[in-house]
Order: sequence, then C-alpha cells, then structure tokens
Amino acid sequence: MDKIETIQIIDGNQAAALGAKLSRVQVIAAYPITPQTPVTEALSEFVERGELDAQYVAVESEHSALAVCTSASIVGAKAFTATSSHGLAYMHEMLHWAAGTRLPLVLACVNRAIGAPWNVQNDQQDSISQRDTGWIQIYARNNQEILDSVIQAYRIAEKVYIPVMVCYDGYILSHTEMPVSVPTQKEVDKFLPKYKPHTLLDPQNPKNYNLVTLANPRLNAENVLCHGYMEIRFLLQEALQNSRETIIEAGREFGKLFGRSYGLLWKDRMDDADIVIVAMGSLALEAIVASDMLREEGYRTGVVGLRVFRPFPKGDVVAALRGARNIIVFDKNISYGLEGATCSEIKSALYGSGVNAAIRNFIVGLGGRNVAARELADAVKKSLSPSADKTLNREYPEWICYI
Amino acid sequence: MTVNAVNLPDKEYLLPGNRLCPGCSVSLAYRHILKALDGQVVVTVPASCLTVLHGMYPVTAVTVPCVNTPFATTGASASGLVAGLKALGRKDLTVLAIAGDGGTFDIGIQALSGAAERRTDFIYICYDNEGYMNTGNQRSGSTPLGAISGTTPILGKQQNQKNVTAIMESHNIPYIATANASYPLDLYEKVKKAKSIRGTRFMHIFTPCPPGWRFPFSDTIRIGQLAVETGWVVLYEIEGGNFRLTSASESIARKGSLRPLREFISQQGRFKNITEDQINELQEMVNARWQLCLKRAAGL
Repeated sequence: MDKIETIQIIDGNQAAALGAKLSRVQVIAAYPITPQTPVTEALSEFVERGELDAQYVAVESEHSALAVCTSASIVGAKAFTATSSHGLAYMHEMLHWAAGTRLPLVLACVNRAIGAPWNVQNDQQDSISQRDTGWIQIYARNNQEILDSVIQAYRIAEKVYIPVMVCYDGYILSHTEMPVSVPTQKEVDKFLPKYKPHTLLDPQNPKNYNLVTLANPRLNAENVLCHGYMEIRFLLQEALQNSRETIIEAGREFGKLFGRSYGLLWKDRMDDADIVIVAMGSLALEAIVASDMLREEGYRTGVVGLRVFRPFPKGDVVAALRGARNIIVFDKNISYGLEGATCSEIKSALYGSGVNAAIRNFIVGLGGRNVAARELADAVKKSLSPSADKTLNREYPEWICYI
Repeated sequence: MTVNAVNLPDKEYLLPGNRLCPGCSVSLAYRHILKALDGQVVVTVPASCLTVLHGMYPVTAVTVPCVNTPFATTGASASGLVAGLKALGRKDLTVLAIAGDGGTFDIGIQALSGAAERRTDFIYICYDNEGYMNTGNQRSGSTPLGAISGTTPILGKQQNQKNVTAIMESHNIPYIATANASYPLDLYEKVKKAKSIRGTRFMHIFTPCPPGWRFPFSDTIRIGQLAVETGWVVLYEIEGGNFRLTSASESIARKGSLRPLREFISQQGRFKNITEDQINELQEMVNARWQLCLKRAAGL
C-alpha cells in the first residue's frame, strides 16, 4: 500500500506553506514581515521551481496582499496569504471586505505582538484585534495542527463562504522544528473537493460586486425585492453561527483519512477535573504541563484548549466546563480596560448555563515574555487559595509580570 | 480606419439614466472607454464618482463585470484580477482599473506604483476632476493652485498639482496617454491602442466637474476644450518611450499658439479668489510644460 504521509522535521512556517501548496492554491499574494517571512519565501520557491502551479504576486504591502487575494477570489481563483502583527493590522479594512464579500480565502496569521513599542516576538494581540471582522479563526497548538488546519480551512471556507484565519504562535511554532506528518498530494486531493468558485467574472454574464447597498431591501430591475445591507450582515452572522457544523465535519473527515481528528476545542484530563485551565494556541500545551504538575501535587486539574475562537464554541465550552468549580483563563492578549479576550468569551458562554465556577484571568506572555509551566501552576494555586478574593483582583485580570 | 462620430460602434455598455450629476464628463469618457474595449473587460473601481455612476444594489448602470474595491486598493485589486484570470487560463479579457484623481494621486498611488513595477498586464485610467468630488469637493493632489475647495475654502489651494504622468513614466511602462472627455474620439483611439499593448498602460483623462469647479452644467465640453486650447491639458501619448502630441494639441503645435490660461481660469467659480501672482505662476508652469512637450514631440 502507498504511504499516505511522510514524516518531515519542519518549522511552523514550512508547515503553513506546505498546507497551502497541498491545498493547490492558485494565487498567492504576501508581503514579508517577521516572523511570517519564511512562508512567503517557501511559497515563492515552490512556484519558481514549478512545484506549485500558482501566481505569486509580490505585493508592496499587506493591504495590497489581501486586496489581490480578494479580487483574485472574486474572479474565481483559489487564493492564500500570510502575515503577522502590523501586517494584519494594516489588512484590517480588507479583512472586513473579504468577509463581507463572502470569499473562501485562507490567511495564515503568525501571531506576533503589536507596537508601539516595537516587538517582533509572540503574543495573540494581532489576531484577537481582528476578532470582529467576520473571519473564522482557528488556533494551532503545534506544527502538525498548522498544516492540517490550513488544509481543513479550505474545505471549511469553500463550504460556508467565509474566509478562514489559521493562527499560530510566532517563533514558538513558526521557527521551531518538530516532526510533522505531511500527507501526499493524492490524499489531500481526496479530502479537498475540486475548487468550484461561487463568483466568476465574465462579460457574457456581467455582475457588479459590492455596489453601494442601502440599509433597506430594494427592488431590482425585475421588481424582485433584494436584500439591504442589514440583511446581508445578518446572513454573514448566520453563516458564522452555522459554520460550527462544517468545522466539526471537516475535522472528523480529516481524521478518517489521516488518523488525526479535530474539533472546536481540545480537552486534557477533563474527566474528573474540577479545576480547569483554559488557554489558546501553543499556550494550551504549556498549560497541560502545568496541569500535570498540579496533578502530581494532588489537584484535580484539566485543560481546555480553544481551537476555534470564531465562531466561538459556546455550547462546547459550557459542556466542557460543566464540572468545573475553578476556571483559570490564561490570555496572551488583552482587551484594554477589561480583561483577556478569551476570558470574556468564556464568561459570556457560561452566563445562564448553571455553571457557577470562580473564574480568574491571567495575562501572560505578551511580546514574547517567557511562559513557564511552573508560573502557570503557581497562578492556579494562587487562584485556589482561600484568601484569593483578598489577594487577587476580582474585577480585572492579574498579570504575570514584574509589576 | 480612423474612428469618427459616424462609424463609432453602436453597442453601449453604459446604460442611460445613471446617477451622476448633470453635465458630468465622466459618463461621456466612460462610455467611450467601454466602447473601445468592446465590453471584453473586467473593471475594478475604488470609492469615487464612478461608484455613484455604477449605481446602487441591486441595480447597476453598466453591462460589464465589475469589482468595487476599497479606496487605496485599485492597483492591487487589478493585480488580483490579472493573477486570477491567468490562474484560470483566461486570456481574452482586459483588466481595467479606473479611479479618480484622489484614488490615483493620493491614496491609491502606492498600490498603483506596485502594480506598475510588477509589470502587471492591465490598463489603469485616472479620470481627473481635480479634487475629491464624490465627497463634495475637497482638495486632492490634483487640485490646482488657487482653487477653492471644501478644505481650501477661503484662500484656495496654496500648492500646485503633482505630475502624475511623469511619475508613471518613471515606471518605464509601455504606454502612457493623456485624454480629455471633450475629445471622445481621441480618447477612444487611445484606449483602443492601450488595449492592443501588453503590460501596464496608464491613461490620464481630464474630466471637468460642473458643480465642483462651479461652471454651468451646459459648459462641460467647452471647459474641456478651453483646457486644451490654453495648454492646461496637453493631449499626447508616450508609446514605447516615443512622445507624440495628438488631436487638438497636435494642431495647436503645428499651426497656432496657446490661448492665455486666464481664459480657462476665468470661466470657473473655483478660481474666484485666485491672485494675479498665482495666475502668473500657473501660466509659467503651463508655458514651460508646453515647451517641453513641443521639444519632446520634435524628438529633441
């Protein structure tokens, strides 16, 4: 029997580039930014070597990168881009535009801090800041998940017509080599149906995309009432809500072919856990190390790793946290003036669920600050202390830093 | 065969009854542009008066496929259309990016420059009404010295225009042309020629704006003609580096002289507060540019 995968020792950026190649992307537009740069170089090399039949557009900015992908997608081609940090921030307008146009784009976001001050190291402030642009957001914990998620992202995006952002931590994953099972093209072709664009531009059947659209429905030339801006927005929200099933289906089918199944979140030692650590991205793996330490000390800890941040898996989170008495959320981002973004989402999901756990939020690892499992474990213990209400801030998050 | 008003193709791609202002020259220019491209085109348009012309969902005034794109992205959007069509193996369509002067001189220049540097195979047309007219007339990089606008309301603009065709010429692209909505046949011929050339082709089209420039709706054509007759606009094309005057500018060079710029300025309310010094400065600029054009046309 032919091998369906080969094991390669690769870093996260190579995994993302390979994922795009195996997905048979047709147009790539990207602009180099640390730590995403090697993705652009790897894809350029695939194209120049003739290993990937795609147009590589070496644009002059990230804003243009996503504009190229958007128009290439409207004209009917399968497009990919990758960026980080300021690049993603610069794309902000186009992120809205791509989701508003309901294009099946995939973007790899190599998570990096945002200035000022300058910082090229990892946190998740960049993609979290783009939370409300209408994209599906998937976070990978390791390089295998990056590769697998990029491939799954195309299947998801092309089914629900919502662009997908695959996020992974800069340096921690992007520049760290680890063994990755790389599927063969033949197997990926079985998983990804042949690309059928839902938009095509042709003078034989001219269409005008993204015209000025009024808030209210309006009659067309045939006297048919067509959606207004408000209805178009509703449909995007509805599609995001419903994309949950498609994401689960893609993860399940992927598992059938490759033996690695994916869902909306990851659970570790949750069966009897009453203390639950929640984290997203590679931080979720560090949390497992911390949880194991705490288990050694006799605590009944478990970890919930968020894989899909948008659509936020409310029901799945509630089900996973049903038995929790203490929930400790670690965030590599901060919604200034409130708390970490994932903590807010967890609280919102639990509202009215009957789960009445104490929830603590810690901000960690901003700008590449090292996150040690020991520190996470200590933070959990601090949260459990009988005097926690006096020593920890109830209203705002605690920070693991020197202030 | 040279095109004339009689043998111009009948087929219309721009439907009557669009939403532009009465007397707008953009409709006139766009109608001839689409005719010259035989409708075999994919258009991308940023925020601009042309967005207004194109209509409001679910009704449009054009019968060619079009992608509306954010203000700064015209050159990038066109690059995406070109790359996408190439990936799909479609070789029969021209990609046309068409933006106003704000979208070209100012917010869109980076994406345009990038697209031209990449030798993107498309036609970029800047229709120039010398200001942000879609938002009600604010100054742009193309608003002339002395012109009143919403953001130069009393003193008028204190700087002159940037030279966008010179910027594009510096990109060493195969075809550059200026045109004017008042000379639609010259415009038509140039778009036709641009269509036959591969690579980045840039056209700069002068489109007088009655409400923005404050002249009567009925005078659009005359204002456009005066611009050429006074040398405010010079009609030329640069093909493979060869400069050639065309249409009325070529006739003036051959057997006449420019009329005083004052005749163009005095017809427009936007110049009501312009000073004598500013008029002289503009006249000198026009004279110098005309001399340079004559020299270039003579191959000097």
